[in-house]
Amino acid sequence: MSKPHRLPAGGLVDRGASLAFSFDGKRYAGHPGDTLASALLANGVKLVGRSFKYHRPRGVLTAGFEEPNALVELRSGARREPNTKATVAELFDGLEARSQNRWPSLAFDLLAVNQLASPAFVAGFYYKTFMWPASFWEKLYEPMIRRAAGLGRAAEAADPDSYEKTTAHCDLLVIGGGAGGLAAALAAGRAGARVIIADEDFVLGGRLNAERRSVGDVASADWAAQAAAELASLPEVTVLTRTTVTSVHDGGVYGALERVSDHLAQPLSHQPRQRFWRIVAKRSVLASGALERPIPFGNNDRPGVMLAGAVRTYINRFGVAPGKRAVVYANNDDAAATVADLVAAGCEVAAVVDARGDASALQATAKAAGALLVFGRTVARAYGGRVVEGCEIADARGDTFNVPCDLIAVSGGWSPAIQLTNHLNGRPAWDDRRAAFLPGVTPPGMTVVGSANGDFGLAETFATGARAGAEAAAAEGFSGAGFELPSVEPEAGETYGDGPWRPTIKRGKAFVDFQNDVTVSDVELSAREGFRSVEHLKRYTTLGMATDQGKTSNVVGLALMAEITGKSIPDTGVTMNRPPYTPVAIGALAGAHRHKEFRPTRLPPSHFWAEEQGAVFTETGQWMRAAYFPRRGEADWFETMVREVETVRTKVGVYDASTLGKIDIHGPDAATLLDKVYVNAFASLAVGKARYGLMLREDGVAMDDGTTTRLGDQHFYMTTTTANAGAVMRHLEFAKQWLWPELDVHFASVTDQWAQYAIAGPRSRDVVAALVDPGFDVSNEALPYMGATELTVCGGVKARLFRLSFSGELAYELAVPARYGDAMIRAIVKAGEPFGICPYGAEALAVMRIEKGHAAGPELNGNTTGADLGMGRMMSKKKDFIGRTLAGREGLADPSRPALVGFRPVDRTARLRSGAHFVARGAEPTAANDEGYMTSTAYSPSNGHWIGLGFLARGASRMGEIVRAYDPVRDGDVEVEVVSPVFVDPEGARLRA
Amino acid sequence: MSTDSYSIFSVLREALRGHTGWKPAWRDAAPKPAYDVVIVGGGGHGLATAHYLAKVHGITNVAVVEKGWIGGGNVGRNTTIVRSNYLLPGNVPFYEHSLKLWEGLEQDLNYNAMVSQRGVVNLFHSDGQRDAYARRGNAMRMNGIDADLLDVPELKRILPMLDFDNARFPIKGALRQKRGGTVRHDAVAWGYARAADGRGVDIIQNCEVTGFRIEGGRIEGVETTRGFIGAKKVGLSTAGNSSRVASMAGLRLPIESHVLQAFVSEGLKPFIDTVCTFGAGHFYISQSDKGGLVFGGDIDGYNSYAQRGALPTVEDVCEGGMALMPSIGRVRMLRSWGGIMDMSMDGSPIIDHTPVEGLYLNAGWCYGGFKATPAAGDCFAHLIARDAPHPVATAYRLDRFATGRTIDEKGMGAQPNLH
Amino acid sequence: MRIACPHCGTRGLDEFAYLGDATVVRPDPSAENAETAFVEYVYLRDNPAGRHRELWSHALGCQSWLVVTRDVRTHAIESVENARDVATARDQGAGQ
Repeated sequence: MSKPHRLPAGGLVDRGASLAFSFDGKRYAGHPGDTLASALLANGVKLVGRSFKYHRPRGVLTAGFEEPNALVELRSGARREPNTKATVAELFDGLEARSQNRWPSLAFDLLAVNQLASPAFVAGFYYKTFMWPASFWEKLYEPMIRRAAGLGRAAEAADPDSYEKTTAHCDLLVIGGGAGGLAAALAAGRAGARVIIADEDFVLGGRLNAERRSVGDVASADWAAQAAAELASLPEVTVLTRTTVTSVHDGGVYGALERVSDHLAQPLSHQPRQRFWRIVAKRSVLASGALERPIPFGNNDRPGVMLAGAVRTYINRFGVAPGKRAVVYANNDDAAATVADLVAAGCEVAAVVDARGDASALQATAKAAGALLVFGRTVARAYGGRVVEGCEIADARGDTFNVPCDLIAVSGGWSPAIQLTNHLNGRPAWDDRRAAFLPGVTPPGMTVVGSANGDFGLAETFATGARAGAEAAAAEGFSGAGFELPSVEPEAGETYGDGPWRPTIKRGKAFVDFQNDVTVSDVELSAREGFRSVEHLKRYTTLGMATDQGKTSNVVGLALMAEITGKSIPDTGVTMNRPPYTPVAIGALAGAHRHKEFRPTRLPPSHFWAEEQGAVFTETGQWMRAAYFPRRGEADWFETMVREVETVRTKVGVYDASTLGKIDIHGPDAATLLDKVYVNAFASLAVGKARYGLMLREDGVAMDDGTTTRLGDQHFYMTTTTANAGAVMRHLEFAKQWLWPELDVHFASVTDQWAQYAIAGPRSRDVVAALVDPGFDVSNEALPYMGATELTVCGGVKARLFRLSFSGELAYELAVPARYGDAMIRAIVKAGEPFGICPYGAEALAVMRIEKGHAAGPELNGNTTGADLGMGRMMSKKKDFIGRTLAGREGLADPSRPALVGFRPVDRTARLRSGAHFVARGAEPTAANDEGYMTSTAYSPSNGHWIGLGFLARGASRMGEIVRAYDPVRDGDVEVEVVSPVFVDPEGARLRA
Repeated sequence: MSTDSYSIFSVLREALRGHTGWKPAWRDAAPKPAYDVVIVGGGGHGLATAHYLAKVHGITNVAVVEKGWIGGGNVGRNTTIVRSNYLLPGNVPFYEHSLKLWEGLEQDLNYNAMVSQRGVVNLFHSDGQRDAYARRGNAMRMNGIDADLLDVPELKRILPMLDFDNARFPIKGALRQKRGGTVRHDAVAWGYARAADGRGVDIIQNCEVTGFRIEGGRIEGVETTRGFIGAKKVGLSTAGNSSRVASMAGLRLPIESHVLQAFVSEGLKPFIDTVCTFGAGHFYISQSDKGGLVFGGDIDGYNSYAQRGALPTVEDVCEGGMALMPSIGRVRMLRSWGGIMDMSMDGSPIIDHTPVEGLYLNAGWCYGGFKATPAAGDCFAHLIARDAPHPVATAYRLDRFATGRTIDEKGMGAQPNLH
Repeated sequence: MRIACPHCGTRGLDEFAYLGDATVVRPDPSAENAETAFVEYVYLRDNPAGRHRELWSHALGCQSWLVVTRDVRTHAIESVENARDVATARDQGAGQ
C-alpha cells in the first residue's frame, strides 16, 4: 500500500521493518517507532474521529498526551480500550483500532445532524429544558442524551491482563526525559545519587527528537540517544520509559504508571500489562516541558488543522508530512522553525499569518519559503468538508481572502506543563511577559526546570536542568563529575504568544475545548449568564473536563473569559489541575487486588483437614471458616446443620475456634488494666479461672465481648470476637500507652500462634481425657465449669485447656501451638470416634449460640448498651471502666429502650427471619409503631421450631406477649411470642455437668 | 428584551438570535447594610435555605454570603447520589422528605438539575449483611419508602458486569431503592441560586465572614471582608469549615474535618445504569449523563483541611472497583478531587439553634450532604423562620451527644473516620 | 503522607491507624460534673485549621501509639512522639 505522506528519509522510525495495522477495518502499514497517529498520517488518513456533541469530523491536533481529538478504541473484545489517544499509542504489528462516537460510519455520521440543531445546543441548554413532563426525563430525554454522550465503549468481559504495583525509593526523581530532564539526571546520576528518570514516551529526548537542532556537534536526537545510553549505564540510575508520573502526594510520594506491555499485541507471559509505581523521592525535578496552545478561529477543529509543534514532530521524528500545502498561523516566533521544517520536508508553505502587528519577525522566514506573509491579521476560518481545503484570512476591518491549503499549522504560544505542581494545592502564578501560568508554590522538594518553568530556550533548559540535578545530588551528599553544558545555537526568537483568543470575525464555530465541543460563543454565553469565574466557566460549559483534561484549552478559555469580561487573567481565576496528570487505567491502580486476590485470605489451622472432609466454607472477614460438613445423602445445609447440632447435644462435636482474637496479657498491672477495659471485675478472678467479659466504648456502647482466663498471677489470656480482634488489640494498647501510661502491662496478639478447638457435648470429657497426657486430671472436680489449666496432650504437646461452653453443653476449648493445629484436629476426631464425634461448622455453632441466647455480632451492632444486652447487672458500680460514665446518659439509660429477648413463632411451623421489625399485635406497621427488630434467627433442632433473638422496646417486661415480626421486603409477617432468650437448658445444668 | 423563563421555547427563540437575550442566572449582588437573615455559605445547602426562606416563609430580605464563588464547595464536588435508604428513625423521614423535594425540584425551580431516578443498589455478601439490609429495607417500607431485596438472578440482569463467578466475597443479593438515583450536582447550586435571586435574595460572592457581632448573647450581624452586614438572624451552612466559622462565635462543635476523595473516569457509552455500592469494600459507582463513571470510597481518615487525598485511598477505591466489576480494568480514571467533609461524631447532621440567640447551625453532614440539599434547605429555613424544628428534622439536635440520643447509622461510636 | 515512627523509621500511611485529637484528656470519672466532662472529652473538638496534635497507632507495625503534630492544611508533619512518653509527662504535670 502506498504511503503518500511518508518522507523518503529522516526521523526515528525503522523504515527497514513494516508493521501491519487496521483502522475501522481497513488495513495499513507503518514502521516501528511510529505512533498510531503518525502511521495514519503517513497513510494519508486525516479523519480519525467525531466530536462529542456535534459529531464534527476530527483529525490529529497534537503529537502527545494532550490530544483532544484523535481518540480511538484500541484492540477488541475483553482488551478493548476506549478513548485511547492515537498520538501516543505505539504502533505494533496487528494493532486494531476503531473510530468512536459515530454511526453508521466515520465518514458518514448520521448524528452529525446534531450540527443542524447546534444553534440550540449551546452550553447549558439542557439546564433550561427537558423539564416537562417530569416523568419523561428518565424515560425519554436522558436515555437519548446518554446514548449520544460518552465516547468509547468499555469492554464487557473481565480484563484478561494482569497489573502490578511496586514501590521504589530514590534521592531524585526526574520527571520528563527531554533536555532538562536528561541534564538533571546526568548531573545527579554522575555524582552517584540514586536517580529515577521517568518519561511518558517510549524514547527519551522529548522535543530533542522533534526539532531539527544540533547539540554540541551532533543532531539533537542523537545527543538524546547518547544521553539515554549513558543513563542506562549508570548503576544508581533507573530509566523508566513509557512511564508517566501521574500524581504527587504528601511526604514525597509520587504515583507513576509504567505501560509495560501496551506496545505489544499482548503482554509476554508473566508480564503485567501495566505497573503502577509508588515512588518515594527525597527530591524531584519537574522537567515536563510545555504544551502548545491553539488559536480559536472558525472551523479550527477541521482535520488538517494541527498545532505547529506537532507538525514539526511528525516531520522530524516520524518522517511524515502532515500536508502538502500549508498555512502557518502563529502569534510567536516559533513559526520560523515550522516554516523551515515544512520547506525542508518538501511541503509548500502558501502563507504565513502572524497575528502580531510587526512584519519584521517572520519576514525573512516567509521570503525564504516563498510564502505570502500577512501580519496583524487572523485566520477567520478554515473551509472544507471533512478535511481542510483552505483558509480564509481576515484583517481588522473584516475584509477576507482565501488561501487554499490542506494543512494549517497553528501556534498560540506555549503553556508550561505545570500540572504536577498543583497536586498539593500550589497555585500557579500568571506571567504576563510569557503569557503563561508558571509554577507558584511547588511541592516540597520539587524543582521545576526548562520550559515547564517558563524557560523555553534550549540552552536555559539544559542549564536549569543541570543545576537542579547537581543541587539535588549535593543536598543528598553526592558530589562528583558534573554535567558540562553542551553548546546549542541561539533561539530563533521568542515562543511567547498572547492571543488573539477571540476571533475578530465570526465564521463558523471556533473551538476552545475541542473534545467537549466548547466554542468561543459558549464562553461568551457563559459570561452573559454570570458564569464568569473559572470554576463556573468550567462547570457550565464543561471546558477542560474531557479526557485531555483541558491541556490545550484551559488557558485559552480563561484568557477568552478575561477578555470578554475586561478583567485580567489572574482576576478571572486559576485552573487548578487535579490528579492524575494523564488518565490512569483503574486496573493499574488496583494491581493484583481483584477476584480471589482482592483481599488476603486467612485459613484456620484445620482448614486443609476440613477440605478433606468436604466442608463447605464461608467468608468471615478475611477468614474462611467451615460452614458445615455435609455427609453423603444429606440434601442441603439445613439437614447437615440439624445433624451436627443433634450430635453435639447428644454426643460430642468439634469446632475450630481459632479465628477468635487471642491476646496474651502479662505484667504486674495486667489485672488493673482488665478492670478498666471490662465492665465487670477481673482483679478478683482466681488463677485457673476464666470469666466472660464485656467491653464498652467510651461512649457507653458495647464494643466487644469474650472470655479472659487468668493463667498466672500476672498472666491473662483474652479472647475477642473474630471481627474485632484488631480493634480490641489497638484499644488495649491505647488504654495502656495513652490513658494509663503508668501501668506495667504488655500485650501480644497470639491469634495466629494458637490453634483452638471447641470440643462440646455430653461425651466431650471422654474425648479430652483420651487426649491429655497421663497425670492430668480433667474431671469436673479438677476442672469445673469456667476452669482453665495448662497441660500437655498427645505425648508432650504444650496445651491450654479451658472449660468454656458457647454451645451450652459440657464443653472444653483446647489450645495448642498453631503448628500442631492440623495434627490436633486429626487426633481429636480419632479420639472422639468411639464417642460418635462429628466436626461442626459455623452454621451449627450459630444455631446453638442462639439457642443459648448468647449475644454475637448481630447483637453487638455498635448501638446497643450492656443494659440492652441484658447485662446491666454485670456493670460494676465499684470501679471506673471505659464507657461507664457515658453509659449513664439519659438516652442510654432510658428503660424504654429495646432490650434483648427471645422469640418463638405462635404458629410453630412458621419461619422467622432476622431483620424483621416488631409491631404490637393489631397495630399498623408504620414507623410510629416500630418497636424493635429481630437480630438473629435459627431453626432450633432442640426445640423443633424456629427461634429468634431481637431487641424489643421494654422487652424484659413483655414476656408472653404476642407481637408481629413484620418483614415486608421478604413478604413476611409472623406472630411471635416474647420469651426468654435462653431456649436450651436455662439452668445451665448441662455445661456444669 | 431579555429571557427569564427557561423552556424549550425560550431556548429555540434565543437560538434564533444567537443567545444574546439570556440574563445572568443570578445577580452578582453587593451587600446591603442589613438583612432579616444572613446565610453564611453559598453552597447547595445555603442557597436552598435562602430559596425556601423566600418561597415557603416569605422572608426575602435575605443575603447568602459566600467567601468564593457559589457552588464551589462540596455541591460542586461529590458523587451526585440521592437516596433515602436510611435505617434509623431520626434519619429516615428527613431523607425521604429530601427525596420527595428532589422529585419536584425542576418544576419548583424552573431549572433542569437532571434528577435521574436510576435506582440505588446496595450489594450484600453474607447472610448477616442480608439481614442488616432487610432490617433497613423494612424500616424504609414502614416509613412508606420503596425498598426491595434483589436475588442474584435479578442482579445479573440489571448489573451483568459484576463479578458473580470469581469474587473473593461472593455477591448474594442486594437492597434496592428504585427511587434513588443521581442529580447533576452543579445545577443544584445554580438552580437554587437563580430561584432565590428571582425572589429577591442577594447572593454575595467573594465575601468572607471574618467574625460575628454578638451583643448580650444575641447575634447582631456578621463581619465580612466586604464590611459589616447586620442581621436579625444568621444561619451557618459552611460544610467542611463549620468548626472554623462556629469558633468565631465561640462555639465548639462535635465535628472533625476530613478529606473525601471522589473520582471520575473518561466518558463511556452507557455502561452501568444504576447506582451500585459494594458491600465487601469501600466502593460505589454510577455513570453520569456525560458518560463518565463517577465513583468513590472511604474518607482518607485523618483530620484535614487540605483539599487533596492520599494514594492508599485511591488504590483502595480502585481495588474495590476491580473486585466488583473486573471489566473496568482498562477504563481510565480521568480526575480525582478531595473535598473537606464536616464529619460529626455520630455520622449524622445537626440542624439546630446555637447557644447564641439568633444564630443557627446546619452542619455535620459528613459525606452525605448532597442528597440532603433540598430538605436541609427546607428544614433550616423552617427553623430560622419559625424558631422551631421542622417535623422531619427533630432529631438533629446539638444536645443529643449530651443526652445520649445520638444517631449512629454505622454503629461506630464517636470516631468520625469510621462513619 | 509518611510518618516517622520512633521505633520503625519512616513508613507509609497505610501502616497507621488514626484516632484523632490528642489534646483532649480523659476526665476524672469521680468528679462532680463527670458526665458533662466526658461528653466534652468524647465529642467536642477544636478541629483547628492549622497545627493539630493527634493520635495515630502504628497498627501494622510496632503497635505503638504516637502523637503526631501536623499542619492539617498542608499535611506537613512537625514531630512524632511516643504517646506513652507524652502521656507520662501529661500525668506528671497534672500531678504537680
